[in-house]
Formats: sequence, C-alpha cells, structure tokens
Amino acid sequence: MSAPGRIVVSLRGVGKTFESGTVALENFALDVTGGEFVSLLGPSGCGKSTVLRIIAGLSAATSGSVSWPAGEARLGFVFQEPTLMPWANVTDNVRLPIRLARRDDPDAVARALGLVGLSAFARSYPRELSGGMKMRVSIARALVTEPQLLLMDEPFAALDEITRFKLNNDLLSVWQAVRSTVIFVTHSVFESVYLSQRILVMTPHPGRVFREIRIPAPYPRNESFRTSAEYAGFCRQAAEALAAAMSGGGAS
Amino acid sequence: MSERLLRLGLPVLVLALVVMCWHTVVRVFAIPPFVLPGPGLVLSTLIADWGLLWQSLLVTLALTFEGFVLAAAGGIALAIIFNQWRLAEYSLYPYAVILQVTPIVAIAPLLLIYLPQPLAVLACAWIVAFFPVLANTTLGLNSVDHNLIALFELCKASRWQMLWHLKLPSALPQMLTGLRIAGGLSLIGAVVAEIAAGSAGAGSGLAYRIAESGYRLNIPRMFAALLLLSLAGVAIFFALSAISHLALRRWHESAVGRER
Repeated sequence: MSAPGRIVVSLRGVGKTFESGTVALENFALDVTGGEFVSLLGPSGCGKSTVLRIIAGLSAATSGSVSWPAGEARLGFVFQEPTLMPWANVTDNVRLPIRLARRDDPDAVARALGLVGLSAFARSYPRELSGGMKMRVSIARALVTEPQLLLMDEPFAALDEITRFKLNNDLLSVWQAVRSTVIFVTHSVFESVYLSQRILVMTPHPGRVFREIRIPAPYPRNESFRTSAEYAGFCRQAAEALAAAMSGGGAS
Repeated sequence: MSERLLRLGLPVLVLALVVMCWHTVVRVFAIPPFVLPGPGLVLSTLIADWGLLWQSLLVTLALTFEGFVLAAAGGIALAIIFNQWRLAEYSLYPYAVILQVTPIVAIAPLLLIYLPQPLAVLACAWIVAFFPVLANTTLGLNSVDHNLIALFELCKASRWQMLWHLKLPSALPQMLTGLRIAGGLSLIGAVVAEIAAGSAGAGSGLAYRIAESGYRLNIPRMFAALLLLSLAGVAIFFALSAISHLALRRWHESAVGRER
C-alpha cells in the first residue's frame, strides 16, 4: 500500500554519464504519486532502465537528486529476464527477499503466488515452467515484500503477444488488488497505453522526458478497452510522440 | 533403448577382443610370464594374492580419500577466500599455479625427505588434486548471473548471505566438475608418492606392490595390482559422477535429460 495522492519519489535534474563517456540521462525529472501506474516509453538505449536502477539505488546518479518525500519506500523490482535461481523451486525463489530480510513468512509467499495464479506450481523448478510462468514467479517475488513502489524493467518484452496480453491483464488486477505504485518501463506503445494512467515518452541520447500523455480511461481495463476507438486514439497519440522524440525533437 | 545397449555392449565387445588378442599373442609366441603374463594368469594371480593386494588397495584408497577430502576442502576454501578478498587472490593465485604446473614426480622425493611417509603421500595427493577444485570453483563463483547479484543487493543481502544463498549454489556445477577431476588426480598423486617412497624401500600401498613386484620380476602380480588400481580409479570416477548427478538432477541442464 502507498498513500494515494502523495508524491512517493521525486527525481530532479538527474543525469547519468557512464564511465565509457556515454550520456544515458540528462536533466531528467519525474514525480510519481502514490498508487499511480506510470510508464516510461522510449526506444532501447534511451536510459529508461537506468532511471529504474537509479531509483532502486542499484546505480548512482552522476548529477541531480532522488528524494522520497513520504520516506523511503519498500521496493519491488522486476527485471527484463525472470532472473530466478535455477537451483531453487518456485516457493524458495519467491520467499528469497523476505528470507534475506529475516522476515520469513509462508503466508506471504502463498499470498504472492496466489496473486499471480501460480499456487499449483509452488514446488516446481524454474526449468519446468514456461517463459510466461517464470515471469509470474518473478513478479510474485517482487510482490512478496508488499512493496509500496514496484519497478518493472520491460518485464514482458521477451514474451509472445498472447502471453503478454494475459500478463498485462493479470498485472492490472494485481495492481488493483495491492494498490501499490508502479513505474513500468517498456518500448511498446500498445502496452504502455493499455496499462498506464500516465506515459512519459523519452528521447534517446541523452534520455530525457519528451512528452507526458495521460490516459484517463477507467479501470478495470480489459479486452474491450484494447479494441476500443479510445484506445486506438491514445496509441496514435503515443506513437506520434515517440516518433517525434526519436527524430531528435530535443525540446519538450 | 537400443542406443543404451550399444553404449554398454560395444565397450564390453572391445574388451573381449583385446583380451582374446592378448591371450593369443602370449600363446602363439610362447612369451614367458616374466615378460608378459597372459590374462588367465593375471586373473589367477589376482585371486591367489587377493589377501595381500586387497590390504594394499585399502591403504592406497585410504590415502587417496584423505587427500581428496583435504583437496576438496582446501580448494573450495581457497576459492571462497579468493572470491571474497581480491588481494588474497592476487597474492596467492600465482603460487597455486606454480604448485600445479611443477610435475608431482619431481616434488614427491623432496616431500619424502621432509615428511614422514604417509604424510608425504597425503601431501602429494593433495597438491595434485586441489587445483582443479580451486580453479573450477573460482570460475563458478565469478560467473553468477549479474541480475541476481543486483536482486540480492536490492534486498540488502549481507556478504555472507550473498555467498551462501547465491554464489555457492550457483557455483555448484563447476565445483562438482572440479571434484570429479580431483578424485582421479588424488589417486594419481597417492600412487606417484608411493612409487617414489617404494624405491626407498618402505610402504605397503598398491603402488608399492607394483614397484616391488617389478624388482622381483613378479610380472603377473604387477599386472594384477595395476588392474586393481584402474578399477579403483574407475570406481572413484563413477561414484563422484553419481554424486554430481544427484546434486544437480533437479535443475542443471547437464543433469537433466533432453525432452524429445
């Protein structure tokens, strides 16, 4: 749970230059409100992932600041790959974060597995699961700590479209159920429109926010939203913004 | 199924052919047993001298096992130390390599001067066997999935947790490969040391029996002892392979059958 309406995390003038000299981010600003579902949309190499890693503390910003007005949030992180431990079964993979924090709780693991619909596979090993199921395990692992802020780095990019649609729907119901804040990184226009309340379209080299698009469509969203004219309109708006961002429209 | 039959049947067939050739050559050319004993004589010597050879085998196996355990413990411990403290790796790794590349046959006589004989044999077994454990475990500890490391950092895992819950399990396949190599090598180390010691006239291991039989031109016993030694090596290899398979069968590609 995160307090709705209050700013959870705020990035100001964040820049990141890698040791190789590549400027990944420049003067990046972002405010995320409690309970919100925000997507960062942009081509690969525009620094979207870097934003998440900086928020998570996995990478340090070269300039600017990250602040937590309501106190540092409990984080959940979902990587691009499932990143499971192959030697551990589903239960042990999901309980890893609480085990490391010495707050082991079988109920929390069962709840997280229930949320992603994998209760029947608690004792399976990752290699016995499909790509989509592995990603569900990865999401359950991120949920097990009941995070206030869920950071997702192109989690469904490697999945086929049918699996992705299914996981999109499931992610939205999980989000509605746990009411956490989500920052979702993607390079898919359709995915970002379907999922988010707000999309930040980013420019590449260096990464900056180019345009903000609000998607005021109500939740729950489902397949009828995916086929609506309203959805098509937002997709067009986002696609145009993305095209403009990529053709080097530096100014926002 | 038929492939399995071939895999078992063909080596047995080759063995039968070689033994038959061996037997025929000895018969046809009437080679005396002190030059080359026939397979029948080797087998009967093995049975006749079983009491003596079995005792010697146990001595050699005990030293091999002790050397292996010490090599496994030493190799794994050193790999962990290297992984945790870079400076330790930089300072010690070159010497581990030197110890490995210097032929053990050359080191064994020296060790026999400074150490009591059983200890010298043990030291030889250890020197030969610890390096593959060290090298493979080090490789395993250094090839952990970077995203998993990031996840552990995100969970604020302590160094110890990172080692115990992530690095060691993830290095297990390489570690087991190292151990499998070390099993055979510790037998070699023990045998080399025993032969070196045997020429000084002491000891009771199987390798010593080989050396002794050689001096006495008791070639059939030499062959019988050699046969036992080979079988011991094969048994060690299979035992370690089985352990490795059991440890990895649920999750590692190397131990999981391919679905067709």
